[in-house]
Amino acid sequence: MTSTNQTRNPVGGVSAPPTGLRPAGRPSVRSAETRRKWYEIIGLTTPAIVVYVMFVLVPMGFAFYYSLFRWRGVGPPTDYVGFDNYVLAFQDPIFLDALRNNAIIVFGSLLVQGPIALGVALLLNRSFRGRTVFRLLAFVPYVLAEVTVGIMWKLILTDNGTFDALLRAVGLGGLVQAWLADLDLVIWTLLFILTWKYVGFAIILLLAGLSNVPQELNEAASIDGASWWQIQRHVTLPLLGPTIRIWMFLSMIGSLQVFDVIWVTSVPAVRSLGASATMATYMVDNGFFARLWGYGNAVAVILFVISFVAALLFQRFLLRRDIQGAITRRAN
Amino acid sequence: MTANAVLSPPDKRRPVQWSNPITYGLALAVAAVSIAPVVYVIVGGFRTTPQIVANPAGLPDPWVWDNYARVLTQSNFWKQAFNSGVIALGTTLGVVLLGVCAAFVLARYTFRGREVLYTFFTLGLLFPAGAAILPLYLMLRDLSLINSYYAVILPQIAFSLPLTIVILRPFLAAVPRELEDAAAIDGSGRLGFLWRILLPLSRPALVTVGILAFVASWNAFLLPLLVLGDANLHTLPLGVQNFSSQYTSDTAGILAFTSLAMLPALLFFTFAEKQIVGGLQGAVKG
Repeated sequence: MTSTNQTRNPVGGVSAPPTGLRPAGRPSVRSAETRRKWYEIIGLTTPAIVVYVMFVLVPMGFAFYYSLFRWRGVGPPTDYVGFDNYVLAFQDPIFLDALRNNAIIVFGSLLVQGPIALGVALLLNRSFRGRTVFRLLAFVPYVLAEVTVGIMWKLILTDNGTFDALLRAVGLGGLVQAWLADLDLVIWTLLFILTWKYVGFAIILLLAGLSNVPQELNEAASIDGASWWQIQRHVTLPLLGPTIRIWMFLSMIGSLQVFDVIWVTSVPAVRSLGASATMATYMVDNGFFARLWGYGNAVAVILFVISFVAALLFQRFLLRRDIQGAITRRAN
Repeated sequence: MTANAVLSPPDKRRPVQWSNPITYGLALAVAAVSIAPVVYVIVGGFRTTPQIVANPAGLPDPWVWDNYARVLTQSNFWKQAFNSGVIALGTTLGVVLLGVCAAFVLARYTFRGREVLYTFFTLGLLFPAGAAILPLYLMLRDLSLINSYYAVILPQIAFSLPLTIVILRPFLAAVPRELEDAAAIDGSGRLGFLWRILLPLSRPALVTVGILAFVASWNAFLLPLLVLGDANLHTLPLGVQNFSSQYTSDTAGILAFTSLAMLPALLFFTFAEKQIVGGLQGAVKG
């Protein structure tokens, strides 16, 4: 994204001439000026760097250290076990279930939310009366707290609850299921809830991207006789590529560490059997609540490495194209 | 073509191939799916638990205000709303302050290592914040910060910084250099330029990052769950979760509590929606 920003803002500081080239006065003035500049740079960035390093990077380093011990969290860790915690995790069928569930959520979210969000964004990008209200309503699920969403759907989907009553009322009583207790079904129910919750985020991003598509292009295409569908397919969609890929990236990272909705909605007993566990709930259940701190930290490192590798691969193979695209478009 | 666009009436600028009823039909369907569960929760709060058990999908008959009154007067709702407010405000102020300072340097100073520093911050976007929650808890415990507002505010500032800097930098960089030179001629230094010209000009972006940080903090669950064991410091998400697991049989009460808890975020977002979409444009531009 770095180079994208640079090419996009040729006016800003990015293309500013180096200080040395400025027509400055005597060397002593210039060196005082340079020193001053460095004071400002250091003074302004240090608070952000300190907070960021201390609360984001340092803990991750500690996670790796703790993961090498069998440790209940009291006193300093002393029982060094090497990589045993990692071996244990990959031998635990519950953790493997959690991995599988994360995979379902990552790919399920991309495959289901993407097309829905694209359709809704194109719809809400048309100009019609009341569009603002419809946009607001479509964003509602995304604004709600994860906890609120979890409790809401838990109440709706509970056994013989509202949803089952609605199904029976329209004569589909045969479809009634134990939505949140059936071990094979629960992960799909959760995927549905997550989709309902997060599709609004994709819509917001896509609408922001759509508003960057120059109106003139649509007009030119329509003057050439293109239909609305043809314009969307051949003009709008290609220009939305970068936005779609950024959303895919954010969605993937979010799905890998999903916790809140799963934790609140799923029954603990079902979660402990693995049917509705994710890496993050497994980590908190074992590390924090069962006080297996060394083991929990090993799971944290696994979660981190998986997310990081996925992110790097994604950057390497998909986001790079955006940067190239930005440069070629500029050259035109 | 420009002339054509100017001369033609606005409603003819786009070809409308669909008949409008279809557009409205689809938009209504989207809206219904989005808000039906929310409406159910709010309306359900006006029923009694026996009513809900007897007919889970029915309407209130009669409407009762008791659940809402009970939550507002007898539960910890106000205390928890206050805690959420303090933490969200503290987080927002911290993120905007630290984010602006760092983004300003990254946008308008030329120096060795600038891109390295920017990449360093953007790494945080690749970084699953949730993964570090256990060691973060241990560190906060060693710093004796557990059960204090800081235990939530400081890490949340750190989590929000990368996105804040990514959104702010292009905005701050896009202000023409001529303005900076003009300010210099008028005798204001770089910091005066930041304060008097750059910040007012980039207010939309500031509001956007502020809102994103505020809503993220207001809705946060995992971090407060671990570090705020003291019930007096509980935030609303913790309160909702506790209420629902403590009074499992009081379905109507849970519905009312949940409705009241989501109201602030809904109102806040209603006022700020335009800002968010506008502010994100810079960030998602290809």
